[in-house]
Amino acid sequence: MAKIHVTTTINGEPTEFLCEPQQTLLDVLRDELRLTGSKEGCGTGDCGACSVILDGRLVCSCLALGAEAEGQEVETIEGMADGDNFHPLQQKFLEGAALQCGICTPGFLIAAKSLLERNPDPSETEVRYWLAGNLCRCTGYDKIIRAVLECAADMRGNQA
Amino acid sequence: MNALTYESPDSVDEAVKLLAAADGNAKLLAGGTDLLVQLRMGMITPSLIIDVKKISETTVVKEVNGGYRVGAAVSGAVLGEHEGMKSAWPGVVEALELIGSTQIQGRASMGGNLCNGSPAADAVPAMIAADAICTIAGPNGRREARVEDIVIGPGVTSLETGEMVVDFLFPARPARSGDAYLRFIPRTEMDIAVVGAGVSLTLDEAGVCTAARLALGAVAATQLVVEDGAAALIGSTLDDAAMAKLDAAARAACRPIDDKRGTIEYRTKVAGVLARRATKIAQQRAEG
Repeated sequence: MAKIHVTTTINGEPTEFLCEPQQTLLDVLRDELRLTGSKEGCGTGDCGACSVILDGRLVCSCLALGAEAEGQEVETIEGMADGDNFHPLQQKFLEGAALQCGICTPGFLIAAKSLLERNPDPSETEVRYWLAGNLCRCTGYDKIIRAVLECAADMRGNQA
Repeated sequence: MNALTYESPDSVDEAVKLLAAADGNAKLLAGGTDLLVQLRMGMITPSLIIDVKKISETTVVKEVNGGYRVGAAVSGAVLGEHEGMKSAWPGVVEALELIGSTQIQGRASMGGNLCNGSPAADAVPAMIAADAICTIAGPNGRREARVEDIVIGPGVTSLETGEMVVDFLFPARPARSGDAYLRFIPRTEMDIAVVGAGVSLTLDEAGVCTAARLALGAVAATQLVVEDGAAALIGSTLDDAAMAKLDAAARAACRPIDDKRGTIEYRTKVAGVLARRATKIAQQRAEG
């Protein structure tokens, strides 16, 4: 069976890869492109550890095929920092100890970034609902939610 | 196991040709939130996956004679940003948006939710209450069908081999119309309906209900159209007596199963409660 040739853009970089029809976007990112920041937790769309932004929408990369990336833009955790400078959310997660084991963290960061791009001033309830598809078994969520709210406030302050 | 192939045609005609050539071994991919899980679990072993998201008809929302035609693969995230559909059919939009997380919303579609055939599918009771019409394309051309006629059993649809759902028509609404969908789950988010209830109704200038439809989910092998419930509302001002009749009609229609989500007795009771509450929300929306 011939592999599928896919031309896409990942974190702003034009990228080509070959994949099998059944390979998920997560499989391709991790196994073909060695972008291992996106994690596989459940593989069935329940845990959010594989969250990426596909064509401007937050999705689980385990529930998209690699072939579907053709002609699309994909944003992953690897594209979040600006060189050596963390994204403000990454910085705030570190400062607020909003992670313990870290497996869920890339997914939370991508999901939170997608929220703040749409809504720079979310309420706590809005943050909790937006992140309901990201599971964390360590933190109890509270530090994550606080980090996102504090980061949003900081980012608004910088823009004022 | 057959080798799997992936195709992403850019027209319905091309998709239908691919479906016909695959002789029943193809699966259509819209958002993939059910399909890719089933593929991974080995529950399905198709020889061909046809991604319909490169087709304009299945991925756009269009205004048509005051109503809306919604592509079968339009995601919840896209529909939830469509001001026209939110204003005309808020219950339908809310029902689709109840499915899964933000990530799932980025992909999940009404076409997928319907054709997956789950008795607990959240979008479906609201679509049935709205009396939405599907456009179906197949080897013999196109036909239309009411949404209520598509699911005929758990995971089973009335679509013939080689047919696909292209879009859904939500007709223009008379003045003083409203709809609503409510589901019960034991927590606030991220769960599967124990019961769902969709209501659509129209009032006259005096507040008397002139048209109504009630559909229930997760209380039988398929979604149920409860005609006795609608009849209880039509001709009334949605007063307490009409609400009591509606509650009784909804309970009488239920044929649920006992499972980990709820007992027969519990589901039946909740169906009546949700039918009443959804009716009251639809009434407030109709009154504007």
